[in-house]
Amino acid sequence: MIHVQAVLPVVAEAVDKGGGIFPLQLIGFALGVLGLVFFLGTAVGMIRFPDFYTRMHAAGKGDTLSTMLMLAGFALVTMEDFSLGSWLLVVKIMAIVLFLYITCPTSTHALMRAAFEDDEMPLEEKDLAKRKKK
Amino acid sequence: MIDWFSIVMGTALFLMMIPMVYRIWVGPTPFDRMLAVNVIGTKTAVLLVIIGTLFGRVDMFVDFAIAYALLNFVSAIVVSRYLNRTVSLRDMEEKEKAKEVEA
Amino acid sequence: MYPIIVFILLFLNWIVFSGKFDVFHLGLGIVSCVVVTWLSHDLLFHDRKKGLIARTREAWRFICYIPWITWEVVLANVHVFKLAMTRKGYVEMVPRVVTFKTILKTDFAKFVLANSITLTPGTITMLIRGDTFHIHVMSQFLEDDLLSGLIEQKVAEVFEPGVVNAV
Repeated sequence: MIHVQAVLPVVAEAVDKGGGIFPLQLIGFALGVLGLVFFLGTAVGMIRFPDFYTRMHAAGKGDTLSTMLMLAGFALVTMEDFSLGSWLLVVKIMAIVLFLYITCPTSTHALMRAAFEDDEMPLEEKDLAKRKKK
Repeated sequence: MIDWFSIVMGTALFLMMIPMVYRIWVGPTPFDRMLAVNVIGTKTAVLLVIIGTLFGRVDMFVDFAIAYALLNFVSAIVVSRYLNRTVSLRDMEEKEKAKEVEA
Repeated sequence: MYPIIVFILLFLNWIVFSGKFDVFHLGLGIVSCVVVTWLSHDLLFHDRKKGLIARTREAWRFICYIPWITWEVVLANVHVFKLAMTRKGYVEMVPRVVTFKTILKTDFAKFVLANSITLTPGTITMLIRGDTFHIHVMSQFLEDDLLSGLIEQKVAEVFEPGVVNAV
């Protein structure tokens, strides 16, 4: 059993060495780890899902949110003080986030449409049942 | 603290790109490969920000990340359009062949 | 009227991405923004008949729409995570293609609707031909959810309030 009073000063000292604002950094760490978890879901889905269209579900959604969360987390982690420069940095990173928010679904749709016009038919229910039996 | 967090995050991100490389390696259709390349490109933008945090020059690396995200989007659009056009060309050739057979 | 708005938007972008506030860099920004505005001011906004107040209201409604769609993205990711990680979710998966007609008129509203459908749980836009949307859906439950038209109504409330009242 680890005592909280013993751990807290160590953490505080470590944070003092690194610089930055403590509660903001904690939120940033949490967001980064959450993004990593969702990206794990995407990676496993890319391997496990049966056909191209279902893999697209994993990639199109997981990619958007995990990238957004990780970038937002790093925007908070790198914020050292509330000066103009660090605010500008946060706004820049948020510009990337906004850009990805618009473009990720668009490129997903473009690939999807290209595949659909290439006579790449999606799996039907019976094909899937056959595959599950194997 | 920030350094250790960046190193752990970057390594984990890099390890999770390996499934995507597997998808590029086996992927049955070209679209699977392009999808995996697209996902890796998006994650590379994040990786650039992480590297910037490690070097302490985030203000510089953020610009690279923006450029990389832009380039990634454009490449996805261009490749999907290209594959699309190639297909219609193939259809055209098949039609021409059918005409020749008829004649 | 509209060229001035385009110039202001471009110059805001310049300030954010340049990050330097001396006279030289701001002057460069003004010169390049004027040139870009002069060359391509007719590209950004399609419908020029709307007034400034209507535009502002539309933008405000769109900003109010963003938190809802972000929450939907989180739900979609939890759904994908569940499908990828558990065995039960994998067995439940029944992909199919659904077609429906939309009530939206303008291109931008259709673009927002297609992106919103892609980001909500279990659905991806495959093809748009005119008014017809072809959508790839993961399961029956999600198909019923999609055909109830909640997303379409939300988007219509943002961009075309007249359409909602008419239907």
